[in-house]
Amino acid sequence: MSTLYFTKEHEWLSVEGDAATVGISAYAAEQLGDVVFVELPEVGKTVAKGDDIAVVESVKSASEIYAPVAGEITAVNDALEDAPETVNDDAQGKGWFFKMTVKDRTELSDLMDEAAYGEFIKE
Amino acid sequence: MRYLPLNDDDRAAMLARIGVSSIDDLFVDIPPDARLEKAIEGLPGHATEMQVERDLTALAARSLNAGDAPFFCGGGAYRHHVPASVDHLIQRSEFLTAYTPYQPEIAQGTLQTLFEFQSQVAALTGMDIANASLYDGSTATAEAVRMAMRITRRNGCVLAPGLHPHYSDTVRTAVHAGGGIVEALTPAMGADTKVVEVLDENTACIVVQNPNVFGELVDLDPLAEAAHAAGALLVAVTTEVVSLGLIKSPGQMGADIVAAEGQSIGNGLNFGGPFVGLLACRNDRKFIRQAPGRFAGETVDADGKRGFVLTLSTREQHIRREKATSNICTNSGLCTLAFTIHMALLGETGLRQLAKANHARACQLADQLAAIRGVEVVNDSFFNEFAVRLPMNATKVVEKLSKKKILGGIPAARLFGPGGFDDVLIVAATETNTDEDIDAFAKTLREALQ
Amino acid sequence: MSMNKTGRPTTPHGDYAPQSGGETFSGSRGLAQQEPLLSEVGALDKCGVDFAPLPDVTPRLGGMERTGEIGLPGLSEPEALRHYVRLSQRNFAIDLGLYPLGSCTMKHNPRLNEKLARLPGFADLHPLQPQSTVQGALAVMDALSHWLKAITGMDAVALSPKAGAHGEWCGMMCIRAAIEARGELETRKRVLVPESAHGTNPATAAECGFTIDQLPADASGRVDMDILRQKLGPDVAAIMLTNPNTCGLFERDIRAIADLVHEAGGYFYCDGANLNAIMGKTRVRDLGVDAMHINLHKTFSTPHGGGGPGAGPVVLSNRLKDFAPLPYLCADDERWSLVEHDADTKEEARPFGRMSAFHGQMGMFVRALAYMMSHGADGLRQASEDAVLNANYLLARLKDELSPAFDGVCMHEALFTDAFLKDTGVTTLDFAKAMIDEGYHPMTMYFPLVVHGAMLIEPTETESKESLDRFADTLIALAKAAKAGDRARFTNAPMLAPLRRLDETRAARSPVLGWEKA
Repeated sequence: MSTLYFTKEHEWLSVEGDAATVGISAYAAEQLGDVVFVELPEVGKTVAKGDDIAVVESVKSASEIYAPVAGEITAVNDALEDAPETVNDDAQGKGWFFKMTVKDRTELSDLMDEAAYGEFIKE
Repeated sequence: MRYLPLNDDDRAAMLARIGVSSIDDLFVDIPPDARLEKAIEGLPGHATEMQVERDLTALAARSLNAGDAPFFCGGGAYRHHVPASVDHLIQRSEFLTAYTPYQPEIAQGTLQTLFEFQSQVAALTGMDIANASLYDGSTATAEAVRMAMRITRRNGCVLAPGLHPHYSDTVRTAVHAGGGIVEALTPAMGADTKVVEVLDENTACIVVQNPNVFGELVDLDPLAEAAHAAGALLVAVTTEVVSLGLIKSPGQMGADIVAAEGQSIGNGLNFGGPFVGLLACRNDRKFIRQAPGRFAGETVDADGKRGFVLTLSTREQHIRREKATSNICTNSGLCTLAFTIHMALLGETGLRQLAKANHARACQLADQLAAIRGVEVVNDSFFNEFAVRLPMNATKVVEKLSKKKILGGIPAARLFGPGGFDDVLIVAATETNTDEDIDAFAKTLREALQ
Repeated sequence: MSMNKTGRPTTPHGDYAPQSGGETFSGSRGLAQQEPLLSEVGALDKCGVDFAPLPDVTPRLGGMERTGEIGLPGLSEPEALRHYVRLSQRNFAIDLGLYPLGSCTMKHNPRLNEKLARLPGFADLHPLQPQSTVQGALAVMDALSHWLKAITGMDAVALSPKAGAHGEWCGMMCIRAAIEARGELETRKRVLVPESAHGTNPATAAECGFTIDQLPADASGRVDMDILRQKLGPDVAAIMLTNPNTCGLFERDIRAIADLVHEAGGYFYCDGANLNAIMGKTRVRDLGVDAMHINLHKTFSTPHGGGGPGAGPVVLSNRLKDFAPLPYLCADDERWSLVEHDADTKEEARPFGRMSAFHGQMGMFVRALAYMMSHGADGLRQASEDAVLNANYLLARLKDELSPAFDGVCMHEALFTDAFLKDTGVTTLDFAKAMIDEGYHPMTMYFPLVVHGAMLIEPTETESKESLDRFADTLIALAKAAKAGDRARFTNAPMLAPLRRLDETRAARSPVLGWEKA
């Protein structure tokens, strides 16, 4: 059973055991406008929480994606390279960016659940 | 003041509408002790069009124009015939007085010509894609090196011995500023293959010019192969793009990025600027995303009609700011347009003929210079430029020739500094040279050497 | 993620009505001629240039002949003229109408300048001819330097930068060299850049190896002095400040800013993009500036040419002048020479390097000098005054219907926000596109980033009062229409341009950067 978390930087993590799948929230995808390119991290890369490790671009903007927790990148969603629009169409599903290990589960306690994120974006 | 439409009545009415009593009320934020109370002293007042023309024409008369002398200078700037229609077209108001095409609906003229330019440059260099131009060949070379460093995530580059020394210096200045390492091999004639001997795991690219600064043709194939084997890229440089009508293109020889000076097509000598830098590369997303400068791309409008826009802008400074691939925020607009129009007038057939004419004139010149006692043509091969060794200091010879109103090439020492190549003269011939020019040069050089 | 929101659609949106009526069989519409790509009208065997017979020679190509097709379509001369004239007619231009792009200074480009730049004594000179044969050209460079120094009060000029951004790089490299000479290159790494700055500023500082620290603006749109004080320290290399700034405001604390930066051991780089507002009214030397580039294509009327070429000479203070790049000009009693090599430099000179192959944009030097000589010291001052007057006049006429970003007067450009469009369903982008249908080039949109839905209007001094009045009347009418709910006028715009809104998303997702090879 996976648990869904959100960051203040509008990323989501679906965590199962010590593995997480990461993407950007549907709200963020809507705000960005049409996504035209996603630059993904290298598989095998070790990252610290807060490192900028990927980029999502619309026509007129580029936004950094930060590592939501520390860990190692285990897979990336190659399909986004040819079909970046997937991020707009299904941000919290098929539009995932990468999978990573969760090195320290206590870092998850800083994150929001779906309800808290819903409140957060209303502010 | 012919450029200012407002008269004093207008000014008074406008100040009243704004609700201030004098123009100085609009400049109140300037610190009082830094305000100028009247026009700057030591500068003349306004002048009529006739007077300005008279004064500047007098200055223009103080130089020896290339067109008024048998002329054989190259070294990164070449004198070619530019058809009259080119200059006419680039002076049309709609091209001349337009800004960067930020509003594509009313800038299709600029955008479509940029798209044509990119297509022509890609074909000419034998590469997949080209950008909308950079300042000139030397800055394009520096940008190409920085681009190669980002692509390979390495921070070293190796400059071939035959790279134009001003290009080497431009690259060195730019790369050092960003913390990169430049290994420039000692300038030498016919030694370009040495670049592969110093490749290591930190080399992002090797930079090789063809024809090189001495005019020698360089087979890039084995150099590309060696670079690729070491995980590095080949940046190929061309300062004379007319050569590409006759000799193998960098793309055909394995280059990954091409940086070139496009001045020869459509643009005059202009004492060194403005020129037009070409940058072309492989069609690889990794390359495109690390490329500097603008791209025009094809798309459709809301009615489905084809149109062009500036695209892939997230690489650029106005969006990416300190993370941009380059700080450049222009291209060489009008020079690019001149290139495009001249190239359209030439077409494939014309470019080949132009290149042949250049080579033929250079061969003719080489034969006549080689016949002079003490003069040695150094090159094994060349396009329209080659080096000769003289029995005396080349700088002095060129000065002597200029007194006889002959612009007889560039002393290598002018490029490399004194010492090393003092007796080497680099000469170029183009389609603009006549039999009489070449005869006069040979005759006067013979006399100068006596 | 860093939520970098743009707020403007880049794909034509849903309620776009198809263009009604006037469809023709040819695709042309009256004077508006349809024109395909060169690759579609040209052919590989067409040529618009004739060649003389060649001398008979033995080729010396060393087996490097190019084989195979190159892929360059050609045209005869009449076809080429028609192709490019037709394309030209699909462009807006200053000569056609008011072009109020804020921060870009689209002023009149005098044709005298074009004529003089084409004199063979300037245009037909090789950069490496013997210097004794190019004295006239060197004299022009010297005269230009003299004018630029007099206008700014600065001590030296570096002429070789080829554009504004290249000039920024030149100035920042001089600063870097000066810091290196002080032995502080490892410790002075931080450059302060206001968030309203042109993107070139942080990009330039990064290219010089500096890190960037953003300075927020205060409520009046100027540098926040308290935050500046907090951020200054022994690791600060420089501040890069545009003045007047990109909100069209003079940084009234500029002297205090300069003093604080200097006290902290840093340098003051001024982005001179907006010099056209203050030339002849103040000298940047008296404001405490150490280096500033000058966009000859903005302030001094050289044409923008659809995006270049520009020219960006840099004026330098005594603290920086010894670090100016090669080559540079030396004058000795009506004899001029270029110093091109380190070995030839004077003792105190320590050039930071070389910026490009040759000496700079000669073609632009002639044009800019012709402009300065035409205006004279009195005319340049008048030009600044009229530029500021025109901007303030527009601000006064528009302030009740549009939303000025700041209270009070402005300099040469007036900044508005999209507040007046609130709840109309019309965005800054829509408003700009509706201006196209009215025959105007839109103002600069969404820049600077410090206000919402920015509209930055710079009329320049070369617009008449009548022209400004017509423009203001049009903008007021548009603003009223938006507020009255005439949304379709905006969201469908432009209806009357050669093309309607373009799909930028498609262009970026699947880039097509050249024609299909034949």
